[in-house]
Amino acid sequence: MDFASFLIQTLNSLQYGLLLFLVASGLTLVFGIMGIINLAHGSFYMIGAYIAFVLTSATGSLMLAIALGIPLALAIGAFLEWALFSHLYKRDHLEQVLLTFGLILIFEQLRSILIGDDVHGVAIPAFLDMSIQLTEVMSYPVYRLAISAVCIVLAIALYYVIQRTRLGMMIRAGNDDRTMVEALGININMMYRVVFALGVALAALAGMLAAPISSVYPNMGSSVLIISFVVVVIGGIGSVWGALVAALIVGFADTFGKVLLPEISGMIVYLVMAVVLLWRPEGILKKA
Amino acid sequence: MNTHVSLILKLIAVIAIACVPLSGESFYVELVAKMLLMAIFAMSLDLLVGFTGLVSFGHAAYFGIAAYSVALFSANFGQMSLWVLLPAAILLSALAALVIGFFAIRTKGIYFIMVTLAFAQMAYFVFHDTPVGGGSDGMFLDARPSTAIGSWVPFDLDNELHMFYFALAMMLLVYAFLQRVLQSPFGRVLMGIKSNEHRMQSLGYYTFGYKLAAFSLAGGLGGVAGFLYAVLFGYVTPELLSWHESGNVLLMVILGGMGSLVGAVMGAFVFEAMREFFADITKYWQLLMGSVIVALVLFMPGGLTAIPGRIKRALQGGAAK
Repeated sequence: MDFASFLIQTLNSLQYGLLLFLVASGLTLVFGIMGIINLAHGSFYMIGAYIAFVLTSATGSLMLAIALGIPLALAIGAFLEWALFSHLYKRDHLEQVLLTFGLILIFEQLRSILIGDDVHGVAIPAFLDMSIQLTEVMSYPVYRLAISAVCIVLAIALYYVIQRTRLGMMIRAGNDDRTMVEALGININMMYRVVFALGVALAALAGMLAAPISSVYPNMGSSVLIISFVVVVIGGIGSVWGALVAALIVGFADTFGKVLLPEISGMIVYLVMAVVLLWRPEGILKKA
Repeated sequence: MNTHVSLILKLIAVIAIACVPLSGESFYVELVAKMLLMAIFAMSLDLLVGFTGLVSFGHAAYFGIAAYSVALFSANFGQMSLWVLLPAAILLSALAALVIGFFAIRTKGIYFIMVTLAFAQMAYFVFHDTPVGGGSDGMFLDARPSTAIGSWVPFDLDNELHMFYFALAMMLLVYAFLQRVLQSPFGRVLMGIKSNEHRMQSLGYYTFGYKLAAFSLAGGLGGVAGFLYAVLFGYVTPELLSWHESGNVLLMVILGGMGSLVGAVMGAFVFEAMREFFADITKYWQLLMGSVIVALVLFMPGGLTAIPGRIKRALQGGAAK
């Protein structure tokens, strides 16, 4: 592997890993704070991608679609928390698995009814639709760099919110001891709603950003969901920074696996997970 | 419910199932045969979920591994004897469960759910991405296994009725076997682990070993179901190992009420019946299925087997909650 292709694969790994982090961070927060295992999280990624497709077709601009799509995703998240997930906090994981499994079926069918089962492309915004020439034959698309940049900005913003703001303080406290937070007079229900909506919006945003490079297609949520689970398990459930580290590990393992060991590339990520679990059954970073 | 009544009800149910072929409709015979093998699958998972407290979300892997071993053995060695092929399929799925369980059982609770899911997904990719089992197309089974012992042929699996009664017999066999296992000291330990693992540990039980044994036993029994599936339908695809199937079987167990073998059987029958019924009335059956699942979780904790108790409480005390 020469330097240019090594560089390309490294950038691809980073971009994939960071995008995974957006999805997995919501999953891990919702689990860590609310104790909810949410199988429908991958559907939010799918919904985001389809929102990007529909709104980009309608408005002609992905940027505009994202600007409209994020509030929409937040609203969907808040509504679902209110209507369904708020009833699940005191139930056991099994029932959460079931309900969210049912939700996946509903979301996929609604997607099929509303938009159909075809694969659709989403146009890259014109000002990002170019490539950087690396060698005479190899180049790297600017849009992928832009995705990585957006994800890095969001990761920093998330860090700031969780470590430096009052909401973040409540989130961290809720992660440690839910009853105590309630006893201190914090409106835990409102906090749950905010966190859940935030998780949905992060997953949906990941879907919107990925839509132009992966195109939108049925069941696109499933594969992302399973990989996000792997990320969350490797990183340690409830740990946002664990999710970041794990997402990057998975991003590199998957991307380089496809290049170096194409025969077993589908399995590499799971092998990594098995090794990590042998070494640390509770993930790399137990808690943030 | 006292034991006599429950025994009589079970007998009636078995006789009713045994009478299905009298309808003369191949469609129903095949459907009920599928329900029977799904009942085996659900019971095997219930051993983990309902009795040991291990929520496995990757149980389809063992079903699929057994189904694929049927297809792969038959493709390489031609028609095989049932008496070799069935034990081989069970053994292979139990072995896979042993290896996966060795990793998965180190984790607990939600980690366990996610890890079993991820390993099953890994098995899915083995068959989906590599040419070993025909890739994403899966493979066809050339011939159903022969049942000959020497020159004696007790029954013929190519015969629709024989296949049906074979599935019924296997279901009853697995039911009786699991019933026996649960009454044995081993089964008691598993239930003890479910209610309080630390207590079992302080009583001196090596719980990891017990859980691993239960996990591979459940894998092997899930393999019985996978074997029957491959033989009944004559083809296997990677989708048999997909997490949707793991979710479906978990749903059957919960639908029937966890920790009850009869419940698992009922759950499998009701689930398959619902799937047929919804698919029959609308092409949007997933929407109905999903809505039923969501409603079930929200409004009916405890599953189908909890209904009599709920009705009783409602009659006695007014509020059923």
